[in-house]
Amino acid sequence: MSAPRPSGLVITASPHVRSQDSTPVIMWNVVGTLVPVIAAAAWFFGISALLVIGSAAIGALITERVFGRGDSLADGSAVITGLLLGLTLPAGMPLWMAALGGAFGIGFGKIVWGGLGQNVFNPALVGRAFLQAAFPVAITTWPTGGGSFWTLRGDLFALPFMHPVTDAITAATPLGLLKFEGQGTDLTRLVIGNTGGSLGETAAVIILACGAYLAFRGYLNWRIPISIFLTVAALSTVIHLVDAQRPDALFMLFSGGLMLGAVYMATDMVTSPVTNRGRWVFGAGVGVLVVVIRLWGGLPEGVMYAILFMNALVPFINRATQPRVFGSARKGAA
Amino acid sequence: MRSPGFRHGVHPPEAKELTHRLPIRRMPYPDEIVLPLRQHAGKPATLCVKVGDHVERGDPVGLADGWVSVPIHSSAAGVVTDIGMWPHPDGSMATAVRIAVDRYAAQVPRPRMVPHWEGLSTEEVVRAVQEAGVVGLGGAAFPTHVKLAPPAEFPVHTLIINGAECEPYLTSDHRTMAEYPARVMFGIRVMMHTMQVTRCVVGVERNKPDAIEALRGALPTDLDITILPLTVKYPQGAEKMLIQAVTGVEVPSGKLPVTVGVVVQNVGSVAAIAEVFETGLPLIERIVTVSGHGLLKPANLIVPVGTKLKDLLAYCGGLTPEAAEVIIGGPMMGQAQANLEAPVLKGTTGVVVLQRNDTRLEKVYPCIHCGRCLDACPVFLNPSLLGDLARVNRYDDMTDAHLSDCMLCGSCSYVCPSNIPLSQLFQASKVALRRAAAGAA
Repeated sequence: MSAPRPSGLVITASPHVRSQDSTPVIMWNVVGTLVPVIAAAAWFFGISALLVIGSAAIGALITERVFGRGDSLADGSAVITGLLLGLTLPAGMPLWMAALGGAFGIGFGKIVWGGLGQNVFNPALVGRAFLQAAFPVAITTWPTGGGSFWTLRGDLFALPFMHPVTDAITAATPLGLLKFEGQGTDLTRLVIGNTGGSLGETAAVIILACGAYLAFRGYLNWRIPISIFLTVAALSTVIHLVDAQRPDALFMLFSGGLMLGAVYMATDMVTSPVTNRGRWVFGAGVGVLVVVIRLWGGLPEGVMYAILFMNALVPFINRATQPRVFGSARKGAA
Repeated sequence: MRSPGFRHGVHPPEAKELTHRLPIRRMPYPDEIVLPLRQHAGKPATLCVKVGDHVERGDPVGLADGWVSVPIHSSAAGVVTDIGMWPHPDGSMATAVRIAVDRYAAQVPRPRMVPHWEGLSTEEVVRAVQEAGVVGLGGAAFPTHVKLAPPAEFPVHTLIINGAECEPYLTSDHRTMAEYPARVMFGIRVMMHTMQVTRCVVGVERNKPDAIEALRGALPTDLDITILPLTVKYPQGAEKMLIQAVTGVEVPSGKLPVTVGVVVQNVGSVAAIAEVFETGLPLIERIVTVSGHGLLKPANLIVPVGTKLKDLLAYCGGLTPEAAEVIIGGPMMGQAQANLEAPVLKGTTGVVVLQRNDTRLEKVYPCIHCGRCLDACPVFLNPSLLGDLARVNRYDDMTDAHLSDCMLCGSCSYVCPSNIPLSQLFQASKVALRRAAAGAA
């Protein structure tokens, strides 16, 4: 027998065992499910999609490496931010803008708050909001999909602060068509994603499938997207019944960035509520704001601002939805 | 059919297959036993021997100091060689009696009267149980006699016997129920008689079908005893969770189970009570599961209280080269041991040896507010919030967030993907709050 070796003993506080899931495992699983989404973007928009998404990711990663704490790249969260930001951009976005957006998202959306877990707003959307404000034309110039994989759409390699030469063929997004032309889009095209729009706006079915996988593994909370979908569907159905000119529920669900936003952005654990009841409230809030902004706001799309606005409310939602402690009176009971 | 249980909780790997079929064996006497005077909740025992005294097996070495206290008895015949500070399993040093075991002694206890329980009044049974040094054998080691005499203003309608044994690895209660069902039933009979309770429910997790079958086979016809299979989930054996599973009632926050008319006793304690009235012997040995993948020969053993961990582990074949952590109790709530000179106590349910890969010595990441701890907490706290508060020492805000309802079951830390030691933070916060209260008083 080998003698016990007291000197080599590990001392930890209880519990001494832990479940297998770790934060990096969760993050890298999310990254993994983004691969098919990115592939779909590449299918529709070719090499341009990969260049834009890659640039956004590189901007995010460099910023995390330079300003983040220790080896914070390894936890995978910066990769997610970069890829998600890239998916919200049009295929013709000049690459330096995409990279700048990634850097801004990580720097001002995450690092200045104290790094992973501390930020209030979704870093990818912070990056996008910055780009929207700084480059309103570039970010709303949507090249058409299709054609050769190697086609460069838009002036990808424009030098910083030069005016991009927009020579690509552009197409309006379904929401833009609706808002500015009063024109609908065929639902089948919406579901498959064969429409104009940002890179990640076009793969509704794939995003849903990836979201279902993540929810099944417990890597995202299904309550938030379900709550958003139900709210958007219910609200737009009512509005559609009152005024048939308004789009119906299916159009609202499958157009624009709703799928990407509901599955990947609103579910960001750091910037969404921790309580299950809070998640329903949060999703409902996002859903209402999306419908309001789309139908009555000045912009054709409102997912980004809806999520950012609800991010700000998360601390209040958390506080208002604390669970009832075991053995204390139920609400309403005496 | 869905079996009774509770909401939330976690499912750690059970790892009970290492020992759950191994019959209970008796471990030989070690050369030396060490008996700390503090082995139970309440006041430590007061010393009643001196160096050089000869003690027989079952002789007291410490006497109960007041009501919430019990005596300590020698688990072997021998000579007191030293009385002084000795490593305690809780990590501190504590006054302990060292006894050199007489190698050639027959280890026969002194002849004694075995009290006939039916002829005794409630007070006499309670006194006999206290004098036998019986404590809760589920780990907390709360003096059992105190629970036998609940305050008169709370009538007890149900006696619940805790056979859940939800901690991974541990199988001592399982084997007790499977091998000694008649003794368990006899202990229940004594308790029901003493407490004037007419209904008893034995809660056993479903993963012990042989124990459930054995208990059912031993059911007496004249008593209202139910064997209730429970959902397999941690912490099913926590008192409040068990009461909810059995009665459907939530024990009010901050209140004792007796306020809802229930008393819970661990199945091992019930067997210990039975032994008092079967043999007259005090609690001097107990069934200990020695297990874990870092141990060569896992076993369920009858171990003399006071046996040093190193002797126990050596008897179980010693540690494997990968062994990394020795825990007294289960891996969820047990205590890691720095010194294997520490002895087995009355409350030692098991000794578990983990391998390096099983331990949680891993990087800690920031809280990402995933909310898994909220879904795990069996008393519906917000461990994520409490953890944030603990790190900035906001103990008063933690009190407002119901820290006092936390029973340190460790479910939150178990599920935390960022490996944050939430349970440890909460324990430290509770200590800090107690100190502050003591300082203010």
